[in-house]
Amino acid sequence: MDTFMANTVLFAQLIPDRITEIYANLPADQHITWIYNPTMHWIGIWIAALLTFAMYSFLYKDNVVYKFAEHLYVGISVGYFICITWFNVMKPNLYDPLFTDFSYNKILIIPALFGVSMLFRLSRQYSWISRYGLAYMVASGAGLAIPAMIQAMILRHMWSTFVPLWGGQTGYTFMSIFSSIVIIVGVLSVLIYFFFSLEHKGAIGKISQVGILYLMVTFGTAFGYTVMARISLLIGRMQFLLEQWMGRQLG
Amino acid sequence: MNLVKKQIPITLAFFIGMFMWLQNYLPNHDVQEIYRTINLWSLIIIGFTLIVGIYSLLNHHAQKIKRKTPQWGFSVVVYIAMFTMVGAGLIDSKHMEAGGPLMWLFDNMQVPMQSTMFSILAFYIVSAAYRAFRARTKEATILLVTAIVVMLGRVPIGEVMFGKGLPVFTEWLLATPSMAAQRGILLGVGLAAIATALRIIFGIERTYMGGGGD
Repeated sequence: MDTFMANTVLFAQLIPDRITEIYANLPADQHITWIYNPTMHWIGIWIAALLTFAMYSFLYKDNVVYKFAEHLYVGISVGYFICITWFNVMKPNLYDPLFTDFSYNKILIIPALFGVSMLFRLSRQYSWISRYGLAYMVASGAGLAIPAMIQAMILRHMWSTFVPLWGGQTGYTFMSIFSSIVIIVGVLSVLIYFFFSLEHKGAIGKISQVGILYLMVTFGTAFGYTVMARISLLIGRMQFLLEQWMGRQLG
Repeated sequence: MNLVKKQIPITLAFFIGMFMWLQNYLPNHDVQEIYRTINLWSLIIIGFTLIVGIYSLLNHHAQKIKRKTPQWGFSVVVYIAMFTMVGAGLIDSKHMEAGGPLMWLFDNMQVPMQSTMFSILAFYIVSAAYRAFRARTKEATILLVTAIVVMLGRVPIGEVMFGKGLPVFTEWLLATPSMAAQRGILLGVGLAAIATALRIIFGIERTYMGGGGD
């Protein structure tokens, strides 16, 4: 068994769906399917590993290899986004209906015209035509936002904040009563902190100071979560390099 | 001309916005069918806006190539990468399903580069934290302590170092004071979003229309 096949088999042992086994069991006419092809899979792992190193090379300093990977990433991302938009939105909702049964779907010319109007954004003289498409998009989003915001942002949060201190869902424990008070004080003090129609002096100033302390707690938790999310991505990349690329069994 | 350039788009925004708002209170089959159609049309229009973005990106890099600015070769990389991806999508009989060249490129190029790029921030965020979090004030101290507590309280080592109380305290911190401040922020965001939406629908807010004359 050569090194390539040894790596492939080792990798197949590491991953749950056992690529080589699946590939071997596929009918011969499906062997060209890329993802199940061990060769393509192995090449893919090498490309991914090299690109990972190229990206990490930025930690040393901005360099040519990083710039190459960065521009490659931009191009690949845009290309993928084009494919997603075409295959998931434009083709099934506009292209296919218009080109398969035009007479039944001719109403779709209207959104197509609105869409084409957006392209006039590129013209200095006729950019006003894009206002039609923009008005349609922005207003439909604005109209949808009103009931959604009332339900999700206002009513739900008020419902969860202003609860009985004891009895009902909160129960009778000291901790639940204390937590309810902490929440009510927090919500009101933060709202007062963001209320700029009154000068933050005297009682208002003191309450808004309490609001700042609550906000600091929230920013601290958000920061902690962000750090953890980034480190978990870092662990993911290290796992990829060690397990899939180098073939080391971890854990 | 003012009518065509300004009044008709504002009127269109008013009717579309009002319908999308009021349909929420009208569970009639026909109304919901119109609502679905408007939503679908929005998706189609958004699809066209992609062309504007792509043109802008390609034009930016085309200018670099044309003027032979320093490191213009990287702009060629953008072109090649983009067209390769689009080509892979077009020749791919499976399209977005796993097993085709498009998803192969996505899995082996975009996913690793994306997660690596974001994981680089793990290094920079530590140095940024050192500069930003030096506990100079009461507020900075609270932020620093909360961040450390959350980070330690969500991993097993925190429990090993400080006992079972730390994860419980972390949960309380997240569910009570942090949640309270988030609710305050979200209530404000909700009210502001409603106010902005109303301003758009009633034609008071027109900045989305941009330039292009009156």
